[in-house]
Amino acid sequence: MEYNVPTVAELKAQGKSPEIVFWVGCAGSFDERVKSVTVAFVKILNHLNVNFAVLGTEEACTGDPAKRAGNEFMFQMQAMTNIEVLNGYGIQKIVTACPHCFNTLKNEYPELGGKYEVIHHSQLLQQFIDEGKIKMTEGGEFKGKKITYHDSCYLGRANNIYEAPRKVLEVLDADLVEMKRCKTTGLCCGAGGAQMFKEPEKGNKDINIERTEEALQTGAKIIAAACPFCMTMLSDGVKNKEQEHNVKVYDLAELIVQSQRL
Amino acid sequence: MHVLAQIVFIILLSIAGAGIYLSISRIRKNILLGRDEDRSDNKIARIKKMLLMALGQKKMFKKPLPAILHFFVYAGFLIVNVEMIEIALDGILGTHRLFAPYLGSLYPVVINVFEFLALTVIIACVVFLIRRNIVHVKRFSGVEMAKWPSLDANLILGMEILLMIAFLKMNAMDQVLQDMGSGHYTATGPFYISSALKGFYSSYSESFLIFAERACWWFHIIGVMFFANYVFYNSKHLHIFMAFINTYYAKLTPAGKLNNMPEVTKEVKLMLNLPVEETAADGAPARFGAKDVRDLTWKNLLDSYSCTECGRCTQQCPANITGKKLSPRKIMMDTRDRLEEVGKNIKQHGDAYDDGKSLLGDYISEEELLACTTCNACVEACPVMIDPVSIIVQLRRFKLMEESQAPASWNSMLSNIENNMAPWKFSPADRFNWADKLKG
Ligand code: SF4
Ligand code: SF4
Repeated sequence: MEYNVPTVAELKAQGKSPEIVFWVGCAGSFDERVKSVTVAFVKILNHLNVNFAVLGTEEACTGDPAKRAGNEFMFQMQAMTNIEVLNGYGIQKIVTACPHCFNTLKNEYPELGGKYEVIHHSQLLQQFIDEGKIKMTEGGEFKGKKITYHDSCYLGRANNIYEAPRKVLEVLDADLVEMKRCKTTGLCCGAGGAQMFKEPEKGNKDINIERTEEALQTGAKIIAAACPFCMTMLSDGVKNKEQEHNVKVYDLAELIVQSQRL
Repeated sequence: MHVLAQIVFIILLSIAGAGIYLSISRIRKNILLGRDEDRSDNKIARIKKMLLMALGQKKMFKKPLPAILHFFVYAGFLIVNVEMIEIALDGILGTHRLFAPYLGSLYPVVINVFEFLALTVIIACVVFLIRRNIVHVKRFSGVEMAKWPSLDANLILGMEILLMIAFLKMNAMDQVLQDMGSGHYTATGPFYISSALKGFYSSYSESFLIFAERACWWFHIIGVMFFANYVFYNSKHLHIFMAFINTYYAKLTPAGKLNNMPEVTKEVKLMLNLPVEETAADGAPARFGAKDVRDLTWKNLLDSYSCTECGRCTQQCPANITGKKLSPRKIMMDTRDRLEEVGKNIKQHGDAYDDGKSLLGDYISEEELLACTTCNACVEACPVMIDPVSIIVQLRRFKLMEESQAPASWNSMLSNIENNMAPWKFSPADRFNWADKLKG
């Protein structure tokens, strides 16, 4: 099947504008593993005939890692550039599968002139479920399978989004199991605050290993993530524990695509 | 009571009051050394937060056992101190149990409530001492908890126990004297908890009991004056007051939001040829980011004085859990200790004095700063809504923007963002290639 991935520029040339912009993010654009998440989400948007578009090559890093590392100049340069583009197209609403992009766009762009309604893809997926557009697949391939959800810090504690991702997982008709540290006390995967882009400081363990061990202890065969960085960190953790044949790390969008057979 | 005793009492009370006043003005001055930050908005939301977090101790109840015990100490401490009003007035006016005749039959009820609370305070404090010194609950240890902070915690618990014991003993002897029909020890009705102690004293002579009862009274009141001064002078126990102020001024925006430095906005706009609005807060700042406590905001400094040293933050910190040097509690304690030092320097040598030290480097190392994932677990855990991440990020900003010091991998990430619009080395032209797969 052929999917439609219009850019905002293409729509504009046709005198149209999207209802919602899908902000892909750098990991979603370049990271081999995370690209599948991007593709999965686009499949869902296509399936539900959502009037969306992407910025394509006009998108640039939100500046989150620069800001968290401490380089406020570079962050604001990125932010202003992106805001110019978004405002130039008169964009009103943005959805993204990256909690870091989400947090930055939603909380840090408005003061710099970028005021949009920003939602995370887990929230949009939940909305589709609430509207009955995505339905529970009873007896599907996930039935009774143990799945554990890893809270992304930038969704959870940073923005109080704990329920939407869990609601999304409910439609899989799977057996949701929680890790000991979850929701407000969920343990970080170790990537936030620009840690993704450096070696960890000296310690006695890597954070992603600590977290992966906890996820494995639940006995779940699937670790559900809602963040590209968490996905990378946990996949590495699973490999480190030599469990990659038994335990898979998937994004919410991928799980929906699999269960709905899109 | 003897007039001399009244005079001594009034002098002691004035000294104690002056001591507290001096401490409060020192702390206030120190906090105001921080940069300005507007937290005057949303008063209603702030009051609600304060009531929920400080009065209602919402975050404490994530750990039920310490929460209940702490609640007893806190409620007991607050309410038993209502009794201090009577004690203080008795001291000034030379009366004995001034309120008894006014409250009539209610008086023993009130005192019984106080006594019950005093007992719960004693029990809770004993359990706390056991947790700290025998069970060794892990979050009470750590490099930053070495000598003074641990001693401070134990001293406070000890003092509370002694004060409550003096209060109960005083009441017990008072009742024995009442039974004897002694002088102005008017009958008040039974005090149930302290009457359990009556047996100890019934064989003593009236004059000895009067002496001992007065001794307990003086011990109690002087103890409370000392305690109050101790708390305000230099103790984590300051949180009993600061918790209210700090939760009132706590951040109301989502935890994930970091502030956008306005001084940077202006420069970036100039660089990008965007219109710049002139604001009142113009004028280049002394430096970008924070090197020392005076570069932090007053709210960061208020945070540091509010810290209870409970370690809930460090216990949740992913970096600390995995053996990194970072401990958010240490960040707060270092900030406070450095601020006290800077305050002292200013007092002794004047405002311009430079002792050659700074928060960054002499107290907090780069290694600690670099370990933070900005996961906000510490912020979420803190019962008094302290925000260590804000301080960590401001110190990082100084490292990166003023000293241009960052791990090599961060430098490549930053130059990738600058040149390729992504933190990795990919061509911006390839950014949309992921869609090729989908286009059939
Ligand atoms: S935000 Fe930083 S200091 Fe706080 S818990 Fe997370 S890693 Fe530790
Ligand atoms: S910052 Fe908060 S959680 Fe951490 S030790 Fe201080 S009071 Fe406790």
